Amino acid sequence: MSNPYRTLTAEELDEFGAAMDDIRQRIIADLGEADAEYLRKVVKAQRGFEVAGRAMFYLPPLWPVAVASLGISKILDNMEIGHNVMHGQYDWLGDAGLNSRVFEWDTMAPSENWKHGHNYIHHTYTNVIGKDRDIGYGILRMDEDQPWRPYYLGNPVYAFLLMTFFEWGVALHDLETENVIAGKRTLADNKKVGAAIWRKMRRQVLKDYVLFPALTGPFFLSTLAGNAVANLIRNVWAFNIIFCGHFPAGVASFTIEETENETRGGWYYRQLLGSANITGGKLFHVMSGNLSHQIEHHLFPDLPARRYPEISEEVRALCEKYDLPYNTGSLSKQLFSVAAKICRLALPSKKASPAPSDETHLVRETAAA
Amino acid sequence: MSITIPSPMGSLLRSRVVEALASPHGVDRYLEIVNPMWAAREVRARIVDIRREVDVPGHPPVATITLQPTSTWQGHRAGQHVELSVDLPGAKRVTRVFTISSSDSKPGERFTVTMRANPEGQVSRFLVEQATIGTIVHLSQAKGEFVLPDRMPEHVVFITGGSGITPAMSMLRSLQMRTHRGRITFLHYAQSPQHQIFADELADIQTTGYGVDVHLLHPELGDPALTPMFLEKLVPNFRDVATWACGPAPLIEAVQAAYAESDALRVEYFKPPRVGGGQAGGQITFARSGRSVSNTGESILDQAEAAGLKPESGCRMGICFTCPTRKSEGTVRNILTGETSSLPDEEVRICVSAPEGDCTVDL
Repeated sequence: MSNPYRTLTAEELDEFGAAMDDIRQRIIADLGEADAEYLRKVVKAQRGFEVAGRAMFYLPPLWPVAVASLGISKILDNMEIGHNVMHGQYDWLGDAGLNSRVFEWDTMAPSENWKHGHNYIHHTYTNVIGKDRDIGYGILRMDEDQPWRPYYLGNPVYAFLLMTFFEWGVALHDLETENVIAGKRTLADNKKVGAAIWRKMRRQVLKDYVLFPALTGPFFLSTLAGNAVANLIRNVWAFNIIFCGHFPAGVASFTIEETENETRGGWYYRQLLGSANITGGKLFHVMSGNLSHQIEHHLFPDLPARRYPEISEEVRALCEKYDLPYNTGSLSKQLFSVAAKICRLALPSKKASPAPSDETHLVRETAAA
Repeated sequence: MSITIPSPMGSLLRSRVVEALASPHGVDRYLEIVNPMWAAREVRARIVDIRREVDVPGHPPVATITLQPTSTWQGHRAGQHVELSVDLPGAKRVTRVFTISSSDSKPGERFTVTMRANPEGQVSRFLVEQATIGTIVHLSQAKGEFVLPDRMPEHVVFITGGSGITPAMSMLRSLQMRTHRGRITFLHYAQSPQHQIFADELADIQTTGYGVDVHLLHPELGDPALTPMFLEKLVPNFRDVATWACGPAPLIEAVQAAYAESDALRVEYFKPPRVGGGQAGGQITFARSGRSVSNTGESILDQAEAAGLKPESGCRMGICFTCPTRKSEGTVRNILTGETSSLPDEEVRICVSAPEGDCTVDL
């Protein structure tokens, strides 16, 4: 949906942006050993779950435990560690093993490609229709302002398939197939991106579906199946957490025109309205890579995610001050909301999308002045 | 306890199969969790001894630190240096280059680094004043071409200034270990005889060493400065004698002038850290493209683009980490936080970093 919420005046936006910058500054000044210790503890736990999971495939009765352990390892690796480290949240540590330039995660998507599509495109142009390629991932209709086509009748089926094969989908997403078809991107542009995907996929397949199964000898097939299920568990979990972050009811989207002369305050405003949180306990936040605080993540993508819960209090207070919504709800509420949207948008929208000129503007017309 | 990995095990850990199994993180990311002294490729070391060389109240102390490296250390040749990283309080890992002060080391063998606790140097101060036995540090392999040849000439000369004595000391010690029978002329320039590093050892070598001629010179106290005439007196036909010189730029320039274009001379500069005064102005040097422009105070990215360069960049607001680039010298201010940083060889986000004064970046 477009932006139905209160727009801020230029002065308010500046104030709002300055308040957000203050939060950032305070957290940055406070970063230190506790953050490093926390991340290294998570890394240790992830490696532990991984090694334990792989080892337990030698004992067939423990198969379900092995799968769960490996699944947890992959979730931690991808979310609380990989996603956050590759955002540069821990670059300040100076540890090459935890640096955004070096880190590679245990999933099909090569970090190099993903960082471009995610850190740059998605996080800079969040929820700007026509620019943020993560709105529906070029496959789904996730916003009323995406014009309906008969193709979208399959929306729920595509969503189910994307969930099941999420790691493959994320990897192939960077080929920007929809832009190639639209003639905005050439196959030559994809040469490097494609080669990286091919290399990474080969390595991941070799490890999970050939070498580790082979190492367990007679249990080859059960290990192979176990690894596949562990990957599936991670796919389903990651897909659901991520979809709850941008697609529940009430999340705003924006037009390119609206954001043309956007100020820093305007960017913060858009990040706030373009994201949604999920409530839950401490363990839930860790397992979601703190993407349960998607709003705070979008406001401060480069701050260590373990800080989002403490930041959220201040963000909420700012929302109250400026009379802006703070979209949050339980996992079941947000999931239901997303599922309903996926189904609803399979059909044409009842009312026609308003023309951009009718929309409220949140940009400063005289930004340069 | 430092149990290093025996080499057949090391070869296995470096094999392609194990690498594929440990993909994408790599074997070392697993080994380090079990024991920081286990490594398949990376080099780390445990501090096993810290000895104060000079400890005069009111002056920065000097210490020699003995390191037990992991089995992955490939050894070093006297005169080489190593990049050493430490985790400082506050969890930041910072890297500096130190010359190895001990004689040649074989793979996995202990070696020493000697440093003065530079009042402005976080790493040297940490190592000399705060590090304890057992502290783990991260290393590169030994680097540098400023080394002795395998076949030594009959007569060699060392000319050093200040902390430039360290590589020459490593060479001198190696020659003593190799029981070199030739002549060695060792010239060292310092400000004053107090606080002389390795003073006892040099005095000892001078009296007991075979064919070693040590001259500790203090021009500010009236000793002769380095001139061709002075060198000629000490070492007749010095331009034909193999010479290693290491020290601050003025000394090296004087040595180079004295030796003219002689092939016998090998030099190494010591690069003092250049700290900006905090004011705008100065020059930005784009090292890779060899260009230099006057600093307008805008972000490095803007200035690089204005100079016709096309550095990789994305969001231009400090969030996407597409643009981090190595800044080898100078002070930069983070446009978002106002924080300044003068560390040499650090990665900075060029879209939100503006130079204060002179600055060199890898663009």
